[in-house]
Amino acid sequence: MSGQRASMRRRQDLFRWVVVSLSLVFFGLPLFSMLEFTTRDAQGHRTGATWSALADFGAISTRYPDLRAGFIASIGLAVLTVVVMLVLLVPTMTWVRLRLPGLGRTVEFICLLPLTVPAIVLVVGLTPVYAWVTYFLGGNAIWLSFAYVVLVLPYAYRALDAGLRAIDVRTLSEAARSLGAGWGTVMLRVILPNLRTAVLSASFLAVALTLGEFTIANLFSRTNLQVAMYLIGKSDAQISVAVGLASLVFAFVILFAMSFVGGQRSSASPLTRLNRLTRSGRRKETA
Amino acid sequence: MTSTSTHPTQPGRSADGGARGVAVELTGLRRSYGDVHALDDLTLRLAPGELVALLGPSGCGKTTALRCLAGLEDPDEGRIEVDGRDLTRVPTNKRDLGMVFQAYSLFPHMTARQNVEFGLQLRRQPGQQRRSRAAEMLELVGLSTQADRYAHQMSGGQQQRVALARALAIEPQVLLLDEPLSALDAKVRVQLRDEIRRIQLEVGTTTLFVTHDQEEALAVADRVGVMRGGRLEQIASPEELYSRPVNDFVADFVGVTNRLHGQSHGTTATVLGASIPLLPGSAPEGAATVLVRPEHLTVALDPAGPGTVLSASFLGAHGRVVVDPGGAGQQVIVQVPSGSVADFAPGATVTLRPTGDPALAVAGTDG
Ligand SMILES: Nc1ncnc2c1ncn2[C@@H]1O[C@H](COP(=O)(O)OP(=O)(O)OP(=O)(O)O)[C@@H](O)[C@H]1O
Ligand SMILES: [Mg+2]
Repeated sequence: MSGQRASMRRRQDLFRWVVVSLSLVFFGLPLFSMLEFTTRDAQGHRTGATWSALADFGAISTRYPDLRAGFIASIGLAVLTVVVMLVLLVPTMTWVRLRLPGLGRTVEFICLLPLTVPAIVLVVGLTPVYAWVTYFLGGNAIWLSFAYVVLVLPYAYRALDAGLRAIDVRTLSEAARSLGAGWGTVMLRVILPNLRTAVLSASFLAVALTLGEFTIANLFSRTNLQVAMYLIGKSDAQISVAVGLASLVFAFVILFAMSFVGGQRSSASPLTRLNRLTRSGRRKETA
Repeated sequence: MTSTSTHPTQPGRSADGGARGVAVELTGLRRSYGDVHALDDLTLRLAPGELVALLGPSGCGKTTALRCLAGLEDPDEGRIEVDGRDLTRVPTNKRDLGMVFQAYSLFPHMTARQNVEFGLQLRRQPGQQRRSRAAEMLELVGLSTQADRYAHQMSGGQQQRVALARALAIEPQVLLLDEPLSALDAKVRVQLRDEIRRIQLEVGTTTLFVTHDQEEALAVADRVGVMRGGRLEQIASPEELYSRPVNDFVADFVGVTNRLHGQSHGTTATVLGASIPLLPGSAPEGAATVLVRPEHLTVALDPAGPGTVLSASFLGAHGRVVVDPGGAGQQVIVQVPSGSVADFAPGATVTLRPTGDPALAVAGTDG
């Protein structure tokens, strides 16, 4: 009996290791190859020339002005996309939950729709819109964030929806209102702080998506980081790949920092938060 | 039949002796959801400092009435006045109310103290004053030592106490309680309801307390309003409601009532072979159902008696004997001193007598 169980456990362990190793190879190998490729010169000798060139910001941005512009644009895009997405979604979703619960399904459907629309179709649809955007706001790449908000909508919706489900929005807002809070105060001081984790993961997804976006920017002939990399790749493959690797690391760092900052809570330790989660889950079950 | 009793009530007094409550008037409130008339011409007046409990079966409109007063629901028709001011169209956050909800409603990201301070912050009270007020309120509900706890670190009863402290901290004109105790277990419920009453008398705030638990309503309220189908059936002091219900719905809903066949003679009725006085509003001459409380009947062993004991149970302070009075399979509940429960073995023959307390008779004999 126990021997059987032990052998099963061993098989499971083995399976686990195989899966982990395969995924490490799958994700790690391209990164390693990038590093390998950027540390060789034309004769195949080991060299740090590419990376030291990249580290010299002044020189690199005069040599590849697109790279600098693209980098700045991508940062701006990430920030603006997150802000617009939150300003758009959080109040809307809260309001729908409170006042128009009948519209919940419709809003969900609309928010999830972009998942089903291929980027190229989106671009075709957005072209006339961007004619107006360019007319009113100019051709700056930063305005791509309107399109990006549409792109991140499904992911952000899912994250925020989970957050809203976890709290009793209606009772909390009614309690706050009875104490004298207007809708703005309810939103900023009661709903938002309790959506912390959800807002964070929505932002997380938005940043990740924005930093990696290429298709729409390229088709609209705007330069973001990915487009810049692609352009450089045409003249200097090594720099392009090095920038790619650097930007991946950069994205990791940003996402890691975000999760770290968001994970801190003034007085509740992660353990008590976990405890709270399981408790509220239990309360739901008994209700 | 609706009766708006003007029974004298003791208005709550604040600690310094002065009445602090304000009058509340709901006039002709109507609210429909599709075909459902949640409120159907509801008129209700609360005297300053009074605690009125709204009682009624599920879906009778209690919560809707309270939410209309709170401004969380707009009445289709009618007026809401607090302290002589028309609040019908004033938004919730401008109404100066304290509310305690059935669901736990503490802000999860704030400590008990911060929760209590929330309303004071919105009123721009300076920090020092705010802190001492919050401390005072937590003291009032007996939770001074829990001030720095979060909701998830407190029991349900403690959370509702903090919610009460939070509601009272802003010195609201009116306190609204919508089944604040229904999520708690029986013992805590009794303890906390007595505490709510004590605090309410101490601060003297006019209070509307919604509940479907009659014992709770009778125990804490100055007056109890019994609702059915969006209307008030009767509003009166607990004693009056119990001893002089205006109709059989109220009689049935509040306390336990036996429905006995009898004969009405206008002001008296013959039931179980004896004559008893009838309450105003009883059915005129003719066959009637007389509503008699278990404690308004006596039962005695009688070998020649028409009745048969079906069961007898010991309930602590008193006992209860269920008797078949010898009619068509009727069951009559009689309250007896707990010491005599043992005398009534099932199957024993007995006679029933009314004690002569007034009862209500309704037309027809429905059994
Ligand atoms: N938002 C709503 N939409 C539709 N119908 C509603 C709504 N709120 C209440 N009702 C209906 O109005 C009637 C009164 O509801 P209300 O909540 O006031 O009852 P209640 O007396 O508080 O009952 P309970 O004791 O179950 O809480 C019910 O029939 C209910 O179905
Ligand atoms: Mg209710």
